[in-house]
Amino acid sequence: MNTVPNRQIICDVLMERAAVDRDVVVLCSDSRGSASLTAFADAYPAQFVEVGIAEQSLVSIAAGLASCGKRPFAASPASFLSTRSLEQVKVDVAYSGTNVKLIGISGGISYGALGMTHHSAQDIAAISAIPGIRVYLPSDRFQTRLLIQALAQDDKPAYIRVGRNPVEDVYTQGDCPFAMDRATLLREGGDVSVIACGEMVHAAREAGEMLAGKGISTRVLDMYCLKPIDREAVLRAAYETKGIITIEEHSPYGGMGAMVSQIVAGTRPVVPVRSLALPDAPVVTGASKEVFDHYGLNARGIINLAEELIRGV
Amino acid sequence: MNGKELTAKSFALRKDVVEMIRRGGGGHFGGDFSVMDILVTLYCLHMNVGPDRMDDPDRDRFILSKGHSVEALYAVLCDRGFFSREELATFSRFGSKYIGHPNNKVCGIEMNSGSLGHGLSVGVGMALAAKMDERPFRVYVVMGDGELAEGSVWEGAMAAGHYGLDNLTAVIDRNGLQISGSTETVMAQNSLRERWSAFGWNVLEAEGNDIAALDAAVIRAKGCRGRPSVIIANTVKGYGYSAAENQAGWHHKVPTAEQYAAAMAELEERRVNAL
Repeated sequence: MNTVPNRQIICDVLMERAAVDRDVVVLCSDSRGSASLTAFADAYPAQFVEVGIAEQSLVSIAAGLASCGKRPFAASPASFLSTRSLEQVKVDVAYSGTNVKLIGISGGISYGALGMTHHSAQDIAAISAIPGIRVYLPSDRFQTRLLIQALAQDDKPAYIRVGRNPVEDVYTQGDCPFAMDRATLLREGGDVSVIACGEMVHAAREAGEMLAGKGISTRVLDMYCLKPIDREAVLRAAYETKGIITIEEHSPYGGMGAMVSQIVAGTRPVVPVRSLALPDAPVVTGASKEVFDHYGLNARGIINLAEELIRGV
Repeated sequence: MNGKELTAKSFALRKDVVEMIRRGGGGHFGGDFSVMDILVTLYCLHMNVGPDRMDDPDRDRFILSKGHSVEALYAVLCDRGFFSREELATFSRFGSKYIGHPNNKVCGIEMNSGSLGHGLSVGVGMALAAKMDERPFRVYVVMGDGELAEGSVWEGAMAAGHYGLDNLTAVIDRNGLQISGSTETVMAQNSLRERWSAFGWNVLEAEGNDIAALDAAVIRAKGCRGRPSVIIANTVKGYGYSAAENQAGWHHKVPTAEQYAAAMAELEERRVNAL
């Protein structure tokens, strides 16, 4: 079992980049510890800005830095960064077009028992609705590394959500296919497609293997890029398989399931899309795995839906 | 250009604002008129900006955080050669980039604004960038007094004080009025000096429709070390057209034909008298 959380990988990559690019700047809102960025703050104090518990100004200050040529990465709990600061994300980052990278840490329901104040089940919907900013939910540490390396060298705004805890590896060192803004095909299949993002990708891959054992050929896609979503991969799934299942750690409204449904409904509406998501309610108290299992956000939930789909077609 | 000529210019630019609002069918008349002398002071006497310097990393940075006064900013930028009068004549028309709040598609505008309470923190980021790269440029942020009710202003004020950003100057267009009436009845802004001082700022006060007084305050702000400076510029909303002065109803208004004629005549008279 992997013991390195994705947030640690982000720190590693940013330290590597800061060593060769003095414009790389990290900002935190009293969140350096929870973002695993203490090592960065200690090693590069001149490239680190602490703003205190002030997420609105975190984003605006990052935008000001970016407008003067810096490459700011603003890291704060996804819950606060994505909705408390939404106005600043909309105006100062996306509308002004500043090269700010927003790192939403402890995303989704990874704060567990801390409750809805600390959960970010609306971030995909909220930020994707703003023109001019990209949204990413990487699945594991290997993909997170490649994504952050790419983002540290481009000039456009982006929001990246990672969870708090280490997640099981989806890929391996040296075997992590990655193309910017292209879903990664984890498994080819012709019966059903499972499209997953973030921490749900591991469950999707597991489900794909188990479904194959049951004779259901399953395509599994890692849709780490929510915006721009890989429309072509979704269309291929709609045309080449008989049904689509989406799974995400997000509200049922405005997330990946809604995006996939919108694409399929507009192109190939005969193909059923079923979505697994968190409920439209504060989630049950528990650790991530307990919560996911409670709502069927796991391999079992995917398999049940896949079997239902196959029976229905 | 001497003080008299700049004062005359600021009345002439108010005439441009009246034309803009009349043709565009809308605009924030009162705030445009109160802030005009602040803009003229910064653009004509202090900031090293110009249409040929927008790529210069050492240019001073300006943010109109009270973005609704964009007509005044357009008039000044046009006067400084950032764009032509013909271009500006498209203000508020279909497809125009000259819209009712600042956006950085327009030459001379650094950051988009309009949602109040953002500019100061953005300015903090710019001032920090200057410090990091040891660049000499200064950052100016103009806010409204009603805007100070936004909590995010004080997040920025706190950060600027914490980091001792002496390359940052905020100017408050203290005209005492907002849409619903007096700032003191809507949400009291009293004790402004004490508030800013408590946040670690060097607090200056000036007559906000007096270019010589504003100039002196900006000079003092530039000379202050170790702290950001704020200039509380005591202005008159609608300054320049007496029927609009201190009238909250002129916050956003298109003058009638009679008001237009009266405003243009009075502004011309005051322009000539200033010389």
